[in-house]
Amino acid sequence: MIYKISDNIISPLGYSSEENYQNMKNGISKAVLHQHAFNLPEPFFGSLLNWEEIEAQFSQLPQKACRYTRFEKIAILSAYKAIEAAKIDASSKDVLFVLSSTKGNIHLLENSDGFDKNRINMGTSANLLGEYFNNPNPVMVISNACTSGVVAQIYAKEMMEAKGYKYAVVVGADILSKFVISGFQSFKALSTERCKPFDLNRKGLNLGEGAASIVLEQSDNVPEGALCILGTGNRNDANHISGPSRTGEGLFNAITAAYAFKQAFKESLSFINAHGTATPYNDDMESWAISRSELENIPTNSLKGFLGHTLGAAGVLECIISCHALNEGIILPTLGHDTKGVVKEITVNTELKHGEGNSFLKIISGFGGSNAAIIYGKK
Amino acid sequence: MAELFIQSAVRITSDQVWVDGEKISIKKEEEVSWLTNIYRNLDIQYPKFFKMDNLCKAGFLAAEMLMGKSGLEPTEEKRDWSVLLFNRSSSLDNDQSYQQTIADSANYFPSPAVFVYTLSNIVTGEIAIRNKIMGESCSYIMDNFDADILYETGLIGLSEGKGIDHLLIGWVEFLDDTCDVLLFHVTKEKNGKTICPWNNVGIKKFFL
Repeated sequence: MIYKISDNIISPLGYSSEENYQNMKNGISKAVLHQHAFNLPEPFFGSLLNWEEIEAQFSQLPQKACRYTRFEKIAILSAYKAIEAAKIDASSKDVLFVLSSTKGNIHLLENSDGFDKNRINMGTSANLLGEYFNNPNPVMVISNACTSGVVAQIYAKEMMEAKGYKYAVVVGADILSKFVISGFQSFKALSTERCKPFDLNRKGLNLGEGAASIVLEQSDNVPEGALCILGTGNRNDANHISGPSRTGEGLFNAITAAYAFKQAFKESLSFINAHGTATPYNDDMESWAISRSELENIPTNSLKGFLGHTLGAAGVLECIISCHALNEGIILPTLGHDTKGVVKEITVNTELKHGEGNSFLKIISGFGGSNAAIIYGKK
Repeated sequence: MAELFIQSAVRITSDQVWVDGEKISIKKEEEVSWLTNIYRNLDIQYPKFFKMDNLCKAGFLAAEMLMGKSGLEPTEEKRDWSVLLFNRSSSLDNDQSYQQTIADSANYFPSPAVFVYTLSNIVTGEIAIRNKIMGESCSYIMDNFDADILYETGLIGLSEGKGIDHLLIGWVEFLDDTCDVLLFHVTKEKNGKTICPWNNVGIKKFFL
Protein backbone atom coordinates (compact mmCIF):
# COMPACT_ATOMS: atom_id res chain seq x y z
CA MET A 1 0.00 0.00 0.00
CA ILE A 2 0.99 3.62 -0.54
CA TYR A 3 0.21 5.93 2.35
CA LYS A 4 0.98 9.48 3.42
CA ILE A 5 3.56 9.89 6.16
CA SER A 6 3.90 13.68 6.29
CA ASP A 7 2.95 16.89 4.53
CA ASN A 8 3.47 20.63 4.43
CA ILE A 9 1.69 23.68 3.03
CA ILE A 10 3.34 27.06 2.35
CA SER A 11 0.56 29.52 1.56
CA PRO A 12 -0.75 32.97 2.44
CA LEU A 13 -2.60 31.16 5.29
CA GLY A 14 0.59 29.87 6.92
CA TYR A 15 3.74 27.81 6.73
CA SER A 16 2.57 24.41 7.93
CA SER A 17 -0.34 22.18 7.03
CA GLU A 18 -1.67 22.47 10.58
CA GLU A 19 -1.64 26.28 10.47
CA ASN A 20 -3.43 26.25 7.12
CA TYR A 21 -5.97 23.71 8.33
CA GLN A 22 -6.70 25.56 11.60
CA ASN A 23 -7.12 28.84 9.74
CA MET A 24 -9.57 27.23 7.36
CA LYS A 25 -11.44 25.68 10.28
CA ASN A 26 -11.67 29.16 11.75
CA GLY A 27 -13.12 30.49 8.50
CA ILE A 28 -10.14 32.71 7.69
CA SER A 29 -9.59 33.62 4.04
CA LYS A 30 -6.55 35.33 2.57
CA ALA A 31 -8.15 36.15 -0.76
CA VAL A 32 -8.56 39.93 -0.99
CA LEU A 33 -8.78 42.64 -3.64
CA HIS A 34 -5.41 43.79 -5.02
CA GLN A 35 -5.57 47.11 -6.88
CA HIS A 36 -2.15 47.43 -8.46
CA ALA A 37 -0.37 44.10 -8.08
CA PHE A 38 2.03 43.12 -10.89
CA ASN A 39 1.32 46.43 -12.73
CA LEU A 40 -1.91 44.97 -13.99
CA PRO A 41 -4.31 47.49 -15.52
CA GLU A 42 -7.25 45.85 -13.74
CA PRO A 43 -7.56 44.96 -10.05
CA PHE A 44 -7.73 41.30 -9.16
CA PHE A 45 -9.07 39.32 -6.22
CA GLY A 46 -6.80 36.62 -4.87
CA SER A 47 -4.29 35.54 -2.23
CA LEU A 48 -0.59 36.44 -2.42
CA LEU A 49 2.38 35.10 -0.49
CA ASN A 50 4.31 37.33 1.92
CA TRP A 51 7.78 37.22 0.34
CA GLU A 52 9.57 38.82 3.30
CA GLU A 53 8.38 35.99 5.49
CA ILE A 54 9.24 33.39 2.84
CA GLU A 55 12.77 34.79 2.48
CA ALA A 56 13.20 34.72 6.26
CA GLN A 57 12.03 31.12 6.41
CA PHE A 58 14.18 30.10 3.47
CA SER A 59 17.30 31.66 5.01
CA GLN A 60 16.90 29.27 7.95
CA LEU A 61 17.37 26.23 5.68
CA PRO A 62 20.77 24.70 4.92
CA GLN A 63 22.14 26.89 2.12
CA LYS A 64 23.51 25.69 -1.21
CA ALA A 65 25.84 27.46 -3.62
CA CYS A 66 22.93 28.22 -5.92
CA ARG A 67 20.67 31.22 -6.34
CA TYR A 68 17.02 30.15 -6.44
CA THR A 69 13.95 31.81 -7.91
CA ARG A 70 10.90 32.52 -5.77
CA PHE A 71 9.09 29.55 -7.29
CA GLU A 72 12.00 27.26 -6.44
CA LYS A 73 12.28 28.67 -2.93
CA ILE A 74 8.70 27.82 -1.97
CA ALA A 75 9.01 24.37 -3.55
CA ILE A 76 12.23 23.62 -1.64
CA LEU A 77 10.92 25.15 1.61
CA SER A 78 7.75 23.08 1.50
CA ALA A 79 9.58 19.87 0.54
CA TYR A 80 12.16 20.48 3.29
CA LYS A 81 9.52 20.81 5.99
CA ALA A 82 7.63 17.74 4.81
CA ILE A 83 10.82 15.66 4.58
CA GLU A 84 11.95 16.82 8.02
CA ALA A 85 8.63 15.69 9.49
CA ALA A 86 8.84 12.37 7.64
CA LYS A 87 12.32 11.71 9.07
CA ILE A 88 13.54 10.14 5.82
CA ASP A 89 16.88 10.39 4.06
CA ALA A 90 15.94 12.32 0.91
CA SER A 91 19.38 11.70 -0.63
CA SER A 92 18.60 7.99 -0.93
CA LYS A 93 17.89 6.40 -4.33
CA ASP A 94 14.79 4.91 -2.66
CA VAL A 95 13.19 8.37 -2.72
CA LEU A 96 11.42 9.66 -5.84
CA PHE A 97 10.75 13.40 -6.23
CA VAL A 98 7.86 14.64 -8.38
CA LEU A 99 7.15 18.32 -9.07
CA SER A 100 3.71 19.61 -10.05
CA SER A 101 3.45 23.06 -11.61
CA THR A 102 1.55 24.79 -14.38
CA LYS A 103 3.94 27.64 -15.12
CA GLY A 104 7.04 27.36 -12.90
CA ASN A 105 9.37 30.32 -13.51
CA ILE A 106 7.31 31.87 -16.30
CA HIS A 107 7.62 35.33 -14.67
CA LEU A 108 11.27 35.34 -15.86
CA LEU A 109 9.93 36.07 -19.37
CA GLU A 110 9.07 39.55 -18.16
CA ASN A 111 12.24 40.09 -16.13
CA SER A 112 15.03 37.52 -16.24
CA ASP A 113 16.34 38.87 -12.91
CA GLY A 114 19.84 37.76 -13.94
CA PHE A 115 18.84 34.12 -14.41
CA ASP A 116 19.87 32.13 -17.48
CA LYS A 117 17.25 31.80 -20.26
CA ASN A 118 16.99 28.04 -19.63
CA ARG A 119 15.74 28.70 -16.12
CA ILE A 120 12.23 29.05 -17.54
CA ASN A 121 12.28 25.30 -18.24
CA MET A 122 10.44 23.56 -15.43
CA GLY A 123 12.74 20.54 -15.82
CA THR A 124 15.62 22.77 -14.71
CA SER A 125 13.78 23.77 -11.53
CA ALA A 126 12.91 20.11 -10.94
CA ASN A 127 16.58 19.12 -11.23
CA LEU A 128 17.55 21.87 -8.77
CA LEU A 129 14.92 20.56 -6.33
CA GLY A 130 16.43 17.08 -6.52
CA GLU A 131 19.96 18.47 -6.24
CA TYR A 132 19.08 20.53 -3.16
CA PHE A 133 18.31 17.27 -1.36
CA ASN A 134 21.22 15.42 -3.04
CA ASN A 135 18.69 13.02 -4.53
CA PRO A 136 20.13 10.90 -7.37
CA ASN A 137 16.90 10.20 -9.30
CA PRO A 138 15.49 12.18 -12.25
CA VAL A 139 12.75 14.55 -10.99
CA MET A 140 9.70 14.51 -13.23
CA VAL A 141 7.48 17.56 -13.69
CA ILE A 142 3.79 16.94 -14.14
CA SER A 143 2.28 19.94 -15.89
CA ASN A 144 -1.29 19.02 -16.66
CA ALA A 145 -3.07 22.35 -16.11
CA CYS A 146 -5.27 22.50 -12.99
CA THR A 147 -5.18 18.73 -12.48
CA SER A 148 -1.35 18.69 -12.10
CA GLY A 149 -1.29 18.24 -8.32
CA VAL A 150 -3.53 15.18 -8.32
CA VAL A 151 -1.96 13.70 -11.46
CA ALA A 152 1.48 14.12 -9.82
CA GLN A 153 0.30 12.03 -6.85
CA ILE A 154 -1.03 9.39 -9.25
CA TYR A 155 2.31 9.42 -11.11
CA ALA A 156 4.21 9.02 -7.81
CA LYS A 157 2.03 6.11 -6.69
CA GLU A 158 2.32 4.29 -10.01
CA MET A 159 6.09 4.83 -10.27
CA MET A 160 6.55 3.62 -6.66
CA GLU A 161 4.57 0.47 -7.43
CA ALA A 162 6.34 -0.15 -10.74
CA LYS A 163 9.90 0.62 -9.67
CA GLY A 164 9.79 -0.21 -5.99
CA TYR A 165 10.64 3.22 -4.58
CA LYS A 166 10.15 3.20 -0.81
CA TYR A 167 9.25 6.91 -0.63
CA ALA A 168 8.03 9.70 -2.88
CA VAL A 169 8.05 13.44 -2.25
CA VAL A 170 5.30 15.11 -4.29
CA VAL A 171 5.69 18.90 -4.41
CA GLY A 172 3.08 21.16 -6.01
CA ALA A 173 3.95 24.83 -6.50
CA ASP A 174 2.96 27.89 -8.51
CA ILE A 175 3.38 31.61 -8.02
CA LEU A 176 1.29 34.36 -9.55
CA SER A 177 2.56 36.84 -12.14
CA LYS A 178 1.29 39.35 -14.64
CA PHE A 179 1.47 36.54 -17.20
CA VAL A 180 -0.91 34.21 -15.36
CA ILE A 181 -3.37 36.78 -14.01
CA SER A 182 -3.71 38.74 -17.27
CA GLY A 183 -4.49 35.52 -19.09
CA PHE A 184 -7.28 34.52 -16.73
CA GLN A 185 -8.59 38.08 -16.89
CA SER A 186 -8.64 37.92 -20.69
CA PHE A 187 -10.77 34.81 -20.33
CA LYS A 188 -13.18 36.75 -18.11
CA ALA A 189 -12.77 33.83 -15.73
CA LEU A 190 -11.94 35.83 -12.58
CA SER A 191 -14.39 37.10 -10.02
CA THR A 192 -13.78 40.62 -8.69
CA GLU A 193 -15.01 39.52 -5.26
CA ARG A 194 -14.68 36.41 -3.08
CA CYS A 195 -15.49 33.38 -5.22
CA LYS A 196 -18.77 31.56 -4.59
CA PRO A 197 -18.36 27.86 -5.33
CA PHE A 198 -21.55 26.05 -6.44
CA ASP A 199 -23.51 29.27 -5.86
CA LEU A 200 -26.36 30.61 -7.95
CA ASN A 201 -24.49 33.93 -8.22
CA ARG A 202 -20.99 32.63 -8.83
CA LYS A 203 -19.01 34.84 -11.15
CA GLY A 204 -15.67 33.15 -11.54
CA LEU A 205 -12.57 32.11 -9.68
CA ASN A 206 -9.99 33.71 -7.40
CA LEU A 207 -6.32 32.93 -7.89
CA GLY A 208 -3.79 32.08 -5.20
CA GLU A 209 -0.19 31.00 -4.87
CA GLY A 210 1.70 28.55 -2.70
CA ALA A 211 3.46 25.24 -2.39
CA ALA A 212 2.35 21.96 -0.87
CA SER A 213 4.20 18.69 -0.33
CA ILE A 214 3.21 15.16 0.52
CA VAL A 215 5.65 12.42 1.48
CA LEU A 216 4.36 8.95 0.57
CA GLU A 217 5.65 5.62 1.79
CA GLN A 218 5.18 2.18 0.25
CA SER A 219 4.83 -0.66 2.74
CA ASP A 220 2.80 -3.78 3.44
CA ASN A 221 2.61 -2.77 7.10
CA VAL A 222 0.51 0.37 7.14
CA PRO A 223 0.46 2.01 10.58
CA GLU A 224 -2.90 2.23 12.34
CA GLY A 225 -4.90 5.23 11.16
CA ALA A 226 -2.56 6.16 8.28
CA LEU A 227 -4.26 7.45 5.14
CA CYS A 228 -3.64 5.35 2.03
CA ILE A 229 -4.22 6.15 -1.62
CA LEU A 230 -7.11 3.77 -2.27
CA GLY A 231 -7.91 4.60 -5.87
CA THR A 232 -7.02 6.93 -8.72
CA GLY A 233 -8.43 8.00 -12.06
CA ASN A 234 -7.33 10.21 -14.97
CA ARG A 235 -9.65 10.68 -17.96
CA ASN A 236 -9.88 13.16 -20.80
CA ASP A 237 -13.14 14.78 -21.91
CA ALA A 238 -12.17 14.90 -25.62
CA ASN A 239 -14.57 17.82 -25.77
CA HIS A 240 -12.96 21.29 -25.75
CA ILE A 241 -9.52 22.68 -24.86
CA SER A 242 -10.82 25.42 -22.56
CA GLY A 243 -14.18 24.10 -21.40
CA PRO A 244 -15.29 20.91 -19.69
CA SER A 245 -17.78 18.46 -21.10
CA ARG A 246 -21.20 19.82 -20.14
CA THR A 247 -22.30 16.51 -18.66
CA GLY A 248 -19.08 15.86 -16.76
CA GLU A 249 -18.19 12.88 -18.93
CA GLY A 250 -14.43 12.91 -18.33
CA LEU A 251 -14.71 13.58 -14.60
CA PHE A 252 -17.40 10.91 -14.23
CA ASN A 253 -15.07 8.47 -16.02
CA ALA A 254 -12.15 9.47 -13.77
CA ILE A 255 -14.27 8.86 -10.64
CA THR A 256 -15.44 5.54 -12.06
CA ALA A 257 -11.82 4.54 -12.72
CA ALA A 258 -10.84 5.50 -9.16
CA TYR A 259 -13.58 3.27 -7.77
CA ALA A 260 -12.95 0.37 -10.15
CA PHE A 261 -13.32 -2.92 -8.24
CA LYS A 262 -13.54 -0.94 -5.01
CA GLN A 263 -17.20 -0.14 -4.56
CA ALA A 264 -16.80 -0.79 -0.83
CA PHE A 265 -14.83 2.43 -0.52
CA LYS A 266 -17.87 4.36 -1.71
CA GLU A 267 -19.77 3.23 1.38
CA SER A 268 -17.05 4.56 3.68
CA LEU A 269 -16.91 7.94 1.95
CA SER A 270 -17.01 10.87 4.37
CA PHE A 271 -16.91 13.75 1.90
CA ILE A 272 -15.98 14.91 -1.57
CA ASN A 273 -13.48 17.72 -1.94
CA ALA A 274 -14.40 19.20 -5.30
CA HIS A 275 -12.44 21.52 -7.56
CA GLY A 276 -15.26 24.08 -7.07
CA THR A 277 -13.57 26.98 -8.83
CA ALA A 278 -16.82 28.97 -8.92
CA THR A 279 -16.80 29.40 -12.68
CA PRO A 280 -20.25 28.74 -14.11
CA TYR A 281 -19.09 25.84 -16.30
CA ASN A 282 -16.81 24.02 -13.86
CA ASP A 283 -19.26 23.83 -10.98
CA ASP A 284 -22.16 22.71 -13.16
CA MET A 285 -19.95 20.08 -14.74
CA GLU A 286 -18.86 18.77 -11.35
CA SER A 287 -22.47 18.55 -10.20
CA TRP A 288 -23.15 16.37 -13.25
CA ALA A 289 -20.19 14.09 -12.53
CA ILE A 290 -21.03 13.76 -8.81
CA SER A 291 -24.66 13.08 -9.57
CA ARG A 292 -23.86 10.55 -12.32
CA SER A 293 -21.54 8.79 -9.83
CA GLU A 294 -24.53 8.53 -7.45
CA LEU A 295 -22.67 10.54 -4.84
CA GLU A 296 -25.16 13.40 -4.69
CA ASN A 297 -25.91 12.75 -1.02
CA ILE A 298 -22.26 12.89 0.05
CA PRO A 299 -21.26 16.22 1.63
CA THR A 300 -19.19 18.11 -0.95
CA ASN A 301 -16.96 21.11 -0.31
CA SER A 302 -14.65 23.44 -2.20
CA LEU A 303 -11.70 25.15 -0.50
CA LYS A 304 -11.26 27.86 -3.14
CA GLY A 305 -12.82 30.55 -0.92
CA PHE A 306 -9.90 30.35 1.53
CA LEU A 307 -6.93 30.80 -0.80
CA GLY A 308 -8.28 30.92 -4.33
CA HIS A 309 -7.06 28.48 -6.95
CA THR A 310 -3.38 27.77 -6.29
CA LEU A 311 -2.97 26.12 -9.74
CA GLY A 312 -0.21 23.47 -9.69
CA ALA A 313 -0.25 23.41 -5.88
CA ALA A 314 -4.02 23.03 -5.58
CA GLY A 315 -4.32 19.28 -6.07
CA VAL A 316 -1.68 18.59 -3.43
CA LEU A 317 -2.75 21.33 -1.02
CA GLU A 318 -6.42 20.34 -1.06
CA CYS A 319 -5.61 16.65 -0.54
CA ILE A 320 -3.51 17.57 2.52
CA ILE A 321 -6.24 19.73 4.06
CA SER A 322 -8.79 17.00 3.36
CA CYS A 323 -6.53 14.39 5.01
CA HIS A 324 -6.29 16.55 8.13
CA ALA A 325 -10.07 17.01 8.15
CA LEU A 326 -10.69 13.28 7.70
CA ASN A 327 -8.30 12.46 10.55
CA GLU A 328 -10.26 14.78 12.82
CA GLY A 329 -13.66 13.59 11.62
CA ILE A 330 -14.43 17.06 10.30
CA ILE A 331 -15.93 18.31 7.06
CA LEU A 332 -14.88 21.85 6.19
CA PRO A 333 -17.43 24.33 4.87
CA THR A 334 -17.49 25.84 1.39
CA LEU A 335 -16.51 29.41 2.19
CA GLY A 336 -18.26 31.90 -0.09
CA HIS A 337 -21.20 29.63 -0.86
CA ASP A 338 -24.59 31.12 -0.12
CA THR A 339 -27.39 29.89 -2.40
CA LYS A 340 -27.08 26.60 -4.21
CA GLY A 341 -27.17 27.03 -7.95
CA VAL A 342 -25.80 24.13 -9.97
CA VAL A 343 -27.72 22.12 -12.55
CA LYS A 344 -27.64 18.80 -10.70
CA GLU A 345 -28.65 18.23 -7.12
CA ILE A 346 -25.58 17.74 -4.91
CA THR A 347 -24.97 18.20 -1.18
CA VAL A 348 -22.85 21.32 -0.83
CA ASN A 349 -21.39 21.42 2.68
CA THR A 350 -21.77 24.92 4.09
CA GLU A 351 -20.82 24.54 7.72
CA LEU A 352 -18.04 23.08 9.79
CA LYS A 353 -19.44 19.74 10.85
CA HIS A 354 -18.69 16.28 12.08
CA GLY A 355 -18.07 13.73 9.31
CA GLU A 356 -18.84 10.01 9.26
CA GLY A 357 -16.77 7.58 7.25
CA ASN A 358 -13.08 6.96 6.77
CA SER A 359 -12.24 8.09 3.24
CA PHE A 360 -12.61 11.11 1.00
CA LEU A 361 -12.70 11.64 -2.75
CA LYS A 362 -10.75 14.53 -4.31
CA ILE A 363 -11.80 15.59 -7.81
CA ILE A 364 -10.20 18.14 -10.11
CA SER A 365 -10.54 19.24 -13.74
CA GLY A 366 -8.76 21.64 -16.06
CA PHE A 367 -7.93 23.00 -19.48
CA GLY A 368 -6.95 20.48 -22.11
CA GLY A 369 -9.95 18.34 -21.12
CA SER A 370 -8.10 16.83 -18.18
CA ASN A 371 -9.92 15.33 -15.19
CA ALA A 372 -8.55 13.44 -12.22
CA ALA A 373 -9.83 11.73 -9.08
CA ILE A 374 -8.04 10.32 -6.05
CA ILE A 375 -9.39 8.52 -2.98
CA TYR A 376 -7.55 8.74 0.34
CA GLY A 377 -8.68 6.67 3.29
CA LYS A 378 -7.94 4.27 6.07
CA LYS A 379 -7.08 0.81 4.81
CA MET B 1 6.76 -7.57 -16.74
CA ALA B 2 4.29 -7.47 -19.61
CA GLU B 3 5.62 -6.99 -23.10
CA LEU B 4 4.28 -4.14 -25.20
CA PHE B 5 4.50 -3.42 -28.90
CA ILE B 6 5.12 -0.44 -31.16
CA GLN B 7 2.49 -0.39 -33.91
CA SER B 8 3.96 2.64 -35.62
CA ALA B 9 6.31 5.55 -34.99
CA VAL B 10 6.33 9.07 -36.40
CA ARG B 11 9.35 11.35 -36.26
CA ILE B 12 9.09 15.03 -37.23
CA THR B 13 12.10 17.35 -37.15
CA SER B 14 12.37 20.91 -38.48
CA ASP B 15 12.81 19.68 -42.05
CA GLN B 16 12.10 15.94 -42.23
CA VAL B 17 9.32 13.45 -41.55
CA TRP B 18 9.77 9.72 -40.99
CA VAL B 19 7.02 7.15 -40.60
CA ASP B 20 8.17 3.83 -39.13
CA GLY B 21 11.74 4.84 -39.88
CA GLU B 22 11.12 5.66 -43.55
CA LYS B 23 11.56 9.18 -44.78
CA ILE B 24 8.40 10.72 -46.23
CA SER B 25 8.68 13.25 -49.00
CA ILE B 26 6.81 16.48 -48.22
CA LYS B 27 5.91 18.77 -51.10
CA LYS B 28 6.87 22.26 -49.96
CA GLU B 29 5.15 25.49 -50.79
CA GLU B 30 7.38 28.42 -49.93
CA GLU B 31 4.70 30.76 -48.61
CA VAL B 32 3.53 28.55 -45.75
CA SER B 33 5.24 27.16 -42.66
CA TRP B 34 6.84 23.71 -42.42
CA LEU B 35 4.00 22.37 -40.27
CA THR B 36 1.37 23.70 -42.66
CA ASN B 37 3.24 22.03 -45.52
CA ILE B 38 3.01 18.71 -43.68
CA TYR B 39 -0.71 19.31 -43.02
CA ARG B 40 -1.35 19.90 -46.74
CA ASN B 41 0.47 16.69 -47.62
CA LEU B 42 -1.81 14.67 -45.33
CA ASP B 43 -5.01 15.21 -47.30
CA ILE B 44 -7.20 16.01 -44.29
CA GLN B 45 -9.79 18.68 -43.57
CA TYR B 46 -9.52 20.00 -40.02
CA PRO B 47 -9.76 23.81 -39.99
CA LYS B 48 -9.09 23.92 -36.22
CA PHE B 49 -5.49 23.09 -37.12
CA PHE B 50 -4.94 26.69 -38.15
CA LYS B 51 -6.00 28.00 -34.72
CA MET B 52 -3.44 25.88 -32.91
CA ASP B 53 -0.04 27.00 -31.66
CA ASN B 54 3.06 25.31 -33.11
CA LEU B 55 3.38 22.77 -30.28
CA CYS B 56 -0.19 21.58 -30.84
CA LYS B 57 0.24 21.55 -34.62
CA ALA B 58 3.36 19.38 -34.30
CA GLY B 59 1.70 16.90 -31.92
CA PHE B 60 -1.51 16.89 -33.91
CA LEU B 61 0.28 16.06 -37.19
CA ALA B 62 2.23 13.18 -35.64
CA ALA B 63 -0.98 11.81 -34.13
CA GLU B 64 -2.77 12.13 -37.48
CA MET B 65 -0.15 9.97 -39.17
CA LEU B 66 -0.29 7.33 -36.43
CA MET B 67 -4.07 7.26 -36.31
CA GLY B 68 -4.22 7.05 -40.11
CA LYS B 69 -2.20 3.85 -39.89
CA SER B 70 -4.42 2.45 -37.13
CA GLY B 71 -7.33 2.24 -39.56
CA LEU B 72 -9.73 3.78 -37.02
CA GLU B 73 -11.96 6.73 -37.88
CA PRO B 74 -11.36 9.95 -35.90
CA THR B 75 -15.09 10.05 -35.10
CA GLU B 76 -14.99 6.65 -33.39
CA GLU B 77 -15.02 6.93 -29.58
CA LYS B 78 -11.78 5.58 -28.05
CA ARG B 79 -12.24 5.00 -24.34
CA ASP B 80 -9.28 2.63 -24.13
CA TRP B 81 -6.72 5.04 -25.63
CA SER B 82 -4.45 7.45 -23.70
CA VAL B 83 -2.27 10.39 -24.77
CA LEU B 84 0.96 10.72 -22.75
CA LEU B 85 3.36 13.40 -23.98
CA PHE B 86 6.80 14.50 -22.80
CA ASN B 87 8.83 17.58 -23.65
CA ARG B 88 11.41 20.07 -22.44
CA SER B 89 10.05 23.55 -23.13
CA SER B 90 6.43 23.12 -22.08
CA SER B 91 4.49 25.69 -24.15
CA LEU B 92 7.31 28.27 -24.16
CA ASP B 93 7.09 28.83 -27.92
CA ASN B 94 3.58 30.20 -27.49
CA ASP B 95 4.29 31.69 -24.02
CA GLN B 96 6.78 34.05 -25.68
CA SER B 97 4.06 35.18 -28.10
CA TYR B 98 1.62 35.71 -25.24
CA GLN B 99 4.21 37.70 -23.27
CA GLN B 100 4.45 40.15 -26.16
CA THR B 101 0.73 40.92 -25.82
CA ILE B 102 1.15 42.09 -22.20
CA ALA B 103 4.69 43.53 -22.23
CA ASP B 104 3.78 47.05 -23.28
CA SER B 105 1.14 48.84 -21.20
CA ALA B 106 0.44 51.22 -24.11
CA ASN B 107 -0.22 48.24 -26.36
CA TYR B 108 -1.82 45.76 -23.95
CA PHE B 109 -4.01 43.16 -25.65
CA PRO B 110 -3.99 39.78 -23.84
CA SER B 111 -6.04 37.34 -25.87
CA PRO B 112 -7.80 34.21 -24.57
CA ALA B 113 -7.12 32.55 -27.93
CA VAL B 114 -3.37 32.86 -27.31
CA PHE B 115 -3.45 32.37 -23.53
CA VAL B 116 -5.21 29.00 -23.77
CA TYR B 117 -2.15 27.58 -25.51
CA THR B 118 0.16 28.63 -22.64
CA LEU B 119 -0.23 25.19 -21.06
CA SER B 120 1.83 22.19 -22.08
CA ASN B 121 -1.08 19.74 -21.91
CA ILE B 122 -3.31 21.52 -24.44
CA VAL B 123 -1.71 19.41 -27.16
CA THR B 124 -2.96 16.25 -25.40
CA GLY B 125 -6.42 17.84 -25.45
CA GLU B 126 -6.25 18.74 -29.15
CA ILE B 127 -5.25 15.16 -30.04
CA ALA B 128 -7.95 13.75 -27.74
CA ILE B 129 -10.64 15.98 -29.25
CA ARG B 130 -9.69 15.18 -32.83
CA ASN B 131 -9.67 11.42 -32.20
CA LYS B 132 -12.26 11.12 -29.42
CA ILE B 133 -9.62 9.69 -27.09
CA MET B 134 -11.14 9.45 -23.60
CA GLY B 135 -8.57 7.53 -21.59
CA GLU B 136 -5.73 9.15 -19.67
CA SER B 137 -3.96 12.32 -20.72
CA CYS B 138 -0.82 13.77 -19.24
CA SER B 139 1.97 16.20 -20.02
CA TYR B 140 5.37 15.36 -18.51
CA ILE B 141 8.31 17.76 -18.54
CA MET B 142 11.99 16.94 -18.24
CA ASP B 143 15.12 18.67 -19.48
CA ASN B 144 16.24 15.84 -21.75
CA PHE B 145 14.65 13.01 -23.67
CA ASP B 146 14.97 9.86 -21.55
CA ALA B 147 14.09 6.59 -23.31
CA ASP B 148 14.05 4.64 -20.02
CA ILE B 149 11.43 6.90 -18.46
CA LEU B 150 9.38 6.88 -21.66
CA TYR B 151 9.51 3.07 -21.66
CA GLU B 152 8.53 2.84 -17.99
CA THR B 153 5.65 5.30 -18.44
CA GLY B 154 4.41 3.15 -21.32
CA LEU B 155 4.38 0.06 -19.12
CA ILE B 156 2.46 1.91 -16.41
CA GLY B 157 0.06 3.40 -18.96
CA LEU B 158 -0.94 -0.06 -20.18
CA SER B 159 -0.77 -1.86 -16.82
CA GLU B 160 -3.53 -4.24 -15.78
CA GLY B 161 -6.71 -2.78 -14.35
CA LYS B 162 -6.57 0.57 -16.11
CA GLY B 163 -8.86 -0.42 -18.95
CA ILE B 164 -6.42 1.11 -21.44
CA ASP B 165 -5.24 -0.85 -24.50
CA HIS B 166 -3.58 1.79 -26.69
CA LEU B 167 -1.15 4.64 -26.07
CA LEU B 168 -0.10 7.60 -28.11
CA ILE B 169 3.13 8.24 -26.24
CA GLY B 170 6.26 10.19 -27.02
CA TRP B 171 8.25 13.40 -27.12
CA VAL B 172 6.56 16.49 -28.58
CA GLU B 173 8.78 19.57 -28.48
CA PHE B 174 8.58 22.81 -30.43
CA LEU B 175 10.52 26.01 -29.71
CA ASP B 176 11.66 28.91 -31.90
CA ASP B 177 11.17 27.14 -35.26
CA THR B 178 12.82 23.96 -34.02
CA CYS B 179 10.54 20.96 -34.18
CA ASP B 180 11.48 17.75 -32.36
CA VAL B 181 8.74 15.11 -32.29
CA LEU B 182 8.84 11.35 -31.79
CA LEU B 183 5.42 9.82 -31.23
CA PHE B 184 4.50 6.15 -30.94
CA HIS B 185 1.34 4.08 -31.07
CA VAL B 186 1.93 1.36 -28.46
CA THR B 187 -0.33 -1.61 -27.68
CA LYS B 188 -0.58 -4.63 -25.39
CA GLU B 189 -1.35 -6.94 -28.27
CA LYS B 190 1.04 -7.93 -31.02
CA ASN B 191 -0.52 -8.10 -34.48
CA GLY B 192 0.35 -7.99 -38.15
CA LYS B 193 1.04 -4.25 -37.99
CA THR B 194 3.52 -4.44 -35.09
CA ILE B 195 6.90 -3.05 -36.12
CA CYS B 196 8.95 -3.82 -33.00
CA PRO B 197 8.79 -4.42 -29.24
CA TRP B 198 8.42 -1.47 -26.86
CA ASN B 199 11.82 -1.18 -25.21
CA ASN B 200 14.78 1.15 -24.97
CA VAL B 201 16.32 -0.12 -28.20
CA GLY B 202 13.04 0.08 -30.10
CA ILE B 203 12.40 3.62 -28.88
CA LYS B 204 15.88 4.87 -29.81
CA LYS B 205 15.74 3.21 -33.23
CA PHE B 206 13.16 5.74 -34.41
CA PHE B 207 14.87 8.79 -32.89
CA LEU B 208 16.28 9.71 -36.31
